[in-house]
Amino acid sequence: MKADPKGVLTGAHYLDGDHAAAEGALAAGCRFLAGYPITPSTEVAERFAARIPKVGGGVFIQMEDELASMAAILGGAWAGKKSMTVTSGPGFSLMMENLGLGIMMEVPLVLINVQRGGPSTGLPTLPGQADMMQARWGSHGDYEIIAICPSSPQEAFDYMITAFNFSEKYRVPTLVMMDECVGHMTEKVVIPPADEIEITPRKEYTGPPEEYLPYLPDKDMIPWMTKAGDGTRFHTTGLTHDEKGYPVMNADCQETLVRRLVDKIRTNADEIAILEEEEIDGADVVLISYGISSRVAIPAIERARREGLKVGSLRLVTVWPFPETRVRELAKNVKALVIPEMNYGQVYYEIERCAAGNARTVLVPHAGGWVHDVDDIYAGIKEGLK
Amino acid sequence: MNEIRISGFGGQGIIRCGYIVGKTASLFDGKFATLTQSFGPEARGSACSAQVLVDDEPIRYPYVTVPDTVVAMSQEAYEKFGTDITEGGTLLIDEDLVKPSEPPKVGKFYSIPAARIAEELGLRLVANIVMLGFFTAMTDIISPEAARTALPTSVPERFVDLNVKAFERGYEYGLAVLGKLPDGGDEASKKAKASEGTEKKKSRAKAGAGSKGSKAGTKKAEGKPPSGKGTGKKTAT
Repeated sequence: MKADPKGVLTGAHYLDGDHAAAEGALAAGCRFLAGYPITPSTEVAERFAARIPKVGGGVFIQMEDELASMAAILGGAWAGKKSMTVTSGPGFSLMMENLGLGIMMEVPLVLINVQRGGPSTGLPTLPGQADMMQARWGSHGDYEIIAICPSSPQEAFDYMITAFNFSEKYRVPTLVMMDECVGHMTEKVVIPPADEIEITPRKEYTGPPEEYLPYLPDKDMIPWMTKAGDGTRFHTTGLTHDEKGYPVMNADCQETLVRRLVDKIRTNADEIAILEEEEIDGADVVLISYGISSRVAIPAIERARREGLKVGSLRLVTVWPFPETRVRELAKNVKALVIPEMNYGQVYYEIERCAAGNARTVLVPHAGGWVHDVDDIYAGIKEGLK
Repeated sequence: MNEIRISGFGGQGIIRCGYIVGKTASLFDGKFATLTQSFGPEARGSACSAQVLVDDEPIRYPYVTVPDTVVAMSQEAYEKFGTDITEGGTLLIDEDLVKPSEPPKVGKFYSIPAARIAEELGLRLVANIVMLGFFTAMTDIISPEAARTALPTSVPERFVDLNVKAFERGYEYGLAVLGKLPDGGDEASKKAKASEGTEKKKSRAKAGAGSKGSKAGTKKAEGKPPSGKGTGKKTAT
């Protein structure tokens, strides 16, 4: 399916990452945003609120807090609208409970976290990448989720569309883990014509209303969805439920449901993975990075290469589900994996786990508040070669 | 690569000025440009700055390290950023708002009464665009044609004409300083006289006279770039 031209601002623009993300959402067909302002993410909501009256119908609501924001978009999505919210660290914490409800009810939605320095209120106006594990495990219970890390305003636009498409395809909340640097950085953003934007439509139920089972999985493990108020009766809940959507409190039902929630993502991990690889063949060291850190890593890699060092690069555009297969393979062929991230070790431990002793793993940490110093990443590469 | 820092206080349109530099370079000059801004929780009145990187290659590291071009539109911004500049770099100041205690140690140093010119145009708020015009003339980072194309879609619609005038005044002032205007000798000497003036009132009066003189020039310039205006098609951002 192609994008609805009304939401697509085709042309070349000079936009910051937050505004580009809002345009990406509109191009993807998002017509409902419920949110609560928080630096450095507010500009996403501002842009969305300013533009939504001009795209042929849609709603922005400033909610009373982040709990309500998340709850509202669960409702919006069930009412048939592509829905999203946007926040930063402190708000992300508040959204965790209802994010879990979204996972359990299998609601397609997109949540942007424009990461700032933490813990707590931390550094409102400065970047961080320290919510990556919260993105993975922040809500209680066992689940798999998708998280994408753009590194420029252009990518913020492009990957918002990908995020909405993933969320519809797998019926799972999809996280766009930006950071303050990307959110507040302004660059050229080219928005293509609507007929060049591929949109994954909702997996709508079209059978007889009386036969609808809201949680009967298709062969691809994804159930069909209906619209609240459209005449098809359905029940959805955060409790463990059967195919009818009714609570069933036993181990068998739990096993069937949770297994499917995990497997619908895990068995598709390779298909979901978006990776950018460069000069991996013959490399002694491979630098693994995501988000803004992957841009800052490039000058360090180039410097090392000028000195004749064999350095490859693996950029994780999708960090969750973790691209295990690829990292395991890589670890067998290189001396070391070097990981710059703006935290004191989060994705690093996933890489260390997958390296399984086959390659050294070198963390280049940064507490946030600024991006890495190129020299520090270069030193990490040298460390890996020792 | 050019590393540019535009600085002043919150509310002067510093970020807007940086935005137009970046937009001009990346959308209309065929270059790459990354704008970042530094600000704390405070807003209006405190020092703020916009950093723009302009290059022929894609930009990786997103922040300015040591700028080669600094614009200072307030004393506080000058004291904070005015000395952090590469050897041989260019410093542009608003001469009424920034008073260096000693001559700046930079490669090139130019000044313009941007806020005063903006007041003459009727709105002090367009001082940032006067400075943009001056910046365009004094550095080769963005082309005037591209800046004229970027400008109309970068300011509120009802202020487009005023901003275009502000840009042209700043640009002409710069050409005059460089002696590049056809009647450049006159303009430059007027400016020199104006800055010689010891009494503020006196110099202000002269600047006023100068402005009247250059109004004709502005009109000429306005007559010239319907090309600029005409190609400035609406690309809403």
